[in-house]
Amino acid sequence: MLEIQGLSARVGEKPILEGLDLVVPTGEVHAVMGPNGSGKSTLAKVLAGHPSVEVTAGTVRYLGQDLLELDPEERAREGVFLAFQYPIEIPGVSNSTLLREGLNAVRAHRGEKPLDAMDFLKLARAHAAKLGMDPTMLGRSVNEGFSGGEKKRNEVLQMLVLEPRLAVLDETDSGLDIDALKVVASGVNALRSPERAFLVITHYQRLLDHIVPDVVHVLAGGRIVRTGDRSLALELEEKGYGWLDTTAGAAR
Amino acid sequence: MTAASDQPLPVVPTPDAADEPNRELKAIAAKDYEWGFVTDIESETIPPGLDEDTVRFISAKKGEPEWLLQWRLEALARWRTMTEPTWAFVKYPPIDYQAIRYYAAPKSAADKPKSLDEVDPELLATYEKLGIPLKEQALLAGVAVDAVFDSVSVATTFKDKLASMGIIFCSFSEAVREHPELVKRYLGSVVPTSDNYFAALNSAVFSDGSFVYVPKGVRCPMELSTYFRINAADTGQFERTLIVADEGAYVSYLEGCTAPKRDVNQLHAAVVELVALDGAEIKYSTVQNWYPGDKDGKGGIYNFVTKRGACRGHKSKISWTQVETGSAITWKYPSCILQGDDSVGEFYSVALTNNHQQADTGTKMIHIGRNTRSTIVSKGISAGRSQNTYRGLVRMLPGAVGARNYSQCDSLLIGDRCGAHTFPYIDVRHPSARVEHEASTSKIGEDQIFYLQQRGLATEDAVNMIVNGFCKEVFRELPMEFAVEAQKLLGISLEGTVG
Repeated sequence: MLEIQGLSARVGEKPILEGLDLVVPTGEVHAVMGPNGSGKSTLAKVLAGHPSVEVTAGTVRYLGQDLLELDPEERAREGVFLAFQYPIEIPGVSNSTLLREGLNAVRAHRGEKPLDAMDFLKLARAHAAKLGMDPTMLGRSVNEGFSGGEKKRNEVLQMLVLEPRLAVLDETDSGLDIDALKVVASGVNALRSPERAFLVITHYQRLLDHIVPDVVHVLAGGRIVRTGDRSLALELEEKGYGWLDTTAGAAR
Repeated sequence: MTAASDQPLPVVPTPDAADEPNRELKAIAAKDYEWGFVTDIESETIPPGLDEDTVRFISAKKGEPEWLLQWRLEALARWRTMTEPTWAFVKYPPIDYQAIRYYAAPKSAADKPKSLDEVDPELLATYEKLGIPLKEQALLAGVAVDAVFDSVSVATTFKDKLASMGIIFCSFSEAVREHPELVKRYLGSVVPTSDNYFAALNSAVFSDGSFVYVPKGVRCPMELSTYFRINAADTGQFERTLIVADEGAYVSYLEGCTAPKRDVNQLHAAVVELVALDGAEIKYSTVQNWYPGDKDGKGGIYNFVTKRGACRGHKSKISWTQVETGSAITWKYPSCILQGDDSVGEFYSVALTNNHQQADTGTKMIHIGRNTRSTIVSKGISAGRSQNTYRGLVRMLPGAVGARNYSQCDSLLIGDRCGAHTFPYIDVRHPSARVEHEASTSKIGEDQIFYLQQRGLATEDAVNMIVNGFCKEVFRELPMEFAVEAQKLLGISLEGTVG
């Protein structure tokens, strides 16, 4: 589903990603772990098409297309979803308005009819309930005055409604207590399917207790330095990231 | 505006509404200034220029009584002693008042049509294009339309129904003929002829406008609506509106504007006076979409308007809501004089400027009575190279015991070549009076737009959504069909501002 080859990218003048290779086959959940500043969030931004990141080399194929050629909204309509590390506040725009406009944009792209107000509300409420969210959240302004945990839940709610093919979760676990973490993980797990793939970016192993990955990658110094199964995450938990720098060459 | 009967529900972002703003906005954003057509009707005009004879001509043309002619002449004399104000944050070349034509009427108006069947078909076709529901649509929409074409009212609907309740809703000329005592009592009582340069000019040469009187204890059952439209080239439009709500009465009045495309600047200097007696309430809503000029700042309307309401009675209330997207220059401060004890004044405003537009708009809340309250919510949006100014005065006079004001002025910038300015004046002369003022200025964020794009929205739709969210507190004060119109206008006006 996703094939990244030799990806280099910079933010301003500063190179962040330097020759990153990563393949995520359809149906799998891949975790990307790494120390702060290793380029995890930049990778997420490249995939979503954030204008602050400039790709300087490499290719990204998504479902056979050149992902980097697509505008951010085209990527979204093609099924690429990013759960933001820091969700943005949009004052005066209700959650349900954003969800509905987004969903109908995606549906229009697929050649489907827009959902009417009643069907949409039914759908949105059902998903909100799964995440233990009060239905009044739908009427509140997008992320405005939300707690950190509420914002993250809201990201997962959007994901459930939009049903992406490739979901990138950027540190969705940060700022969550254990109960919220479980709710968020159950939302993700509910969406796991042979047609979808997930890229779960996280600093900590604990999320992976709840969203069990098929493959774990370690990102350091702008490259994937190790790839392994779930036990790699546990190893990192035990040893920290410090030992990676010395063994970085071995992974390549 | 009110031709919205076949359209989806209003698109103010609310949780459960069947709102679908962007689909609609998207279609409209692709359009040019849609209402820029010119109707071919021979105007009966007088030569350009302004002197006593001009005033006498207008007054005679309308068959006015002597007192009104004298009132106009006094205003003209006043005007001649005054100078054009220069304090507003707007720039324009000097206006040659002798080059303006002060009277034009569609010829067919001389026949004084008694019903729609007698109205010039071409005029009706114009209304059709504008989407004014003069016929059954109007009935369905529950709106009575007193349509002003150039300077003479040609058709008024729903008169009978309103008349049965004692409500008077007619052209200003008709009011002068049929209800001279009411006109004489209230005309100029809120905005005196000497008030300001443009009000004095209007008083001298006003051609027509609307008159509303709602008698004691009557709640007007429908929104009263008027379309203003400038048609003949180089013709100044000088409307005069007077609305009186007697004790315990209620009325909601909608004013909507579309003007045809013109290459030369056109002066529009209207005066609106509202009077609310004991326990009365007047709600006055405006969507202003005069031609703003082209992308290079050529052409467009000069909109120099004086709007003021007097809360004369105990517990009376006047609420202004305006959405200003048009005009090359806007100079407008709908105000409230809170004279009656416990009276309430409100001002909700969205002013959007793009390209080379300039807006200097705001309000004045003059607290005279005890426990008077006022609320000001102003949302300014600047894009392109435009300049957008909020100018507001809150004055608490010595008798305003326990008076309160809350003001909120927010500015949103799109791009980096526009300007937003806020000039709040606060003058408190009683220690128990309370004034709160909040202000914010923000730039539409790249991250906000990206966030919405990541959820599938196109850039322009994302901008529209953010701007509409910014304006929500004002839009929810508008009657439903007006809210639809307002959002459409924002979409049109924002076209090409990002990306």
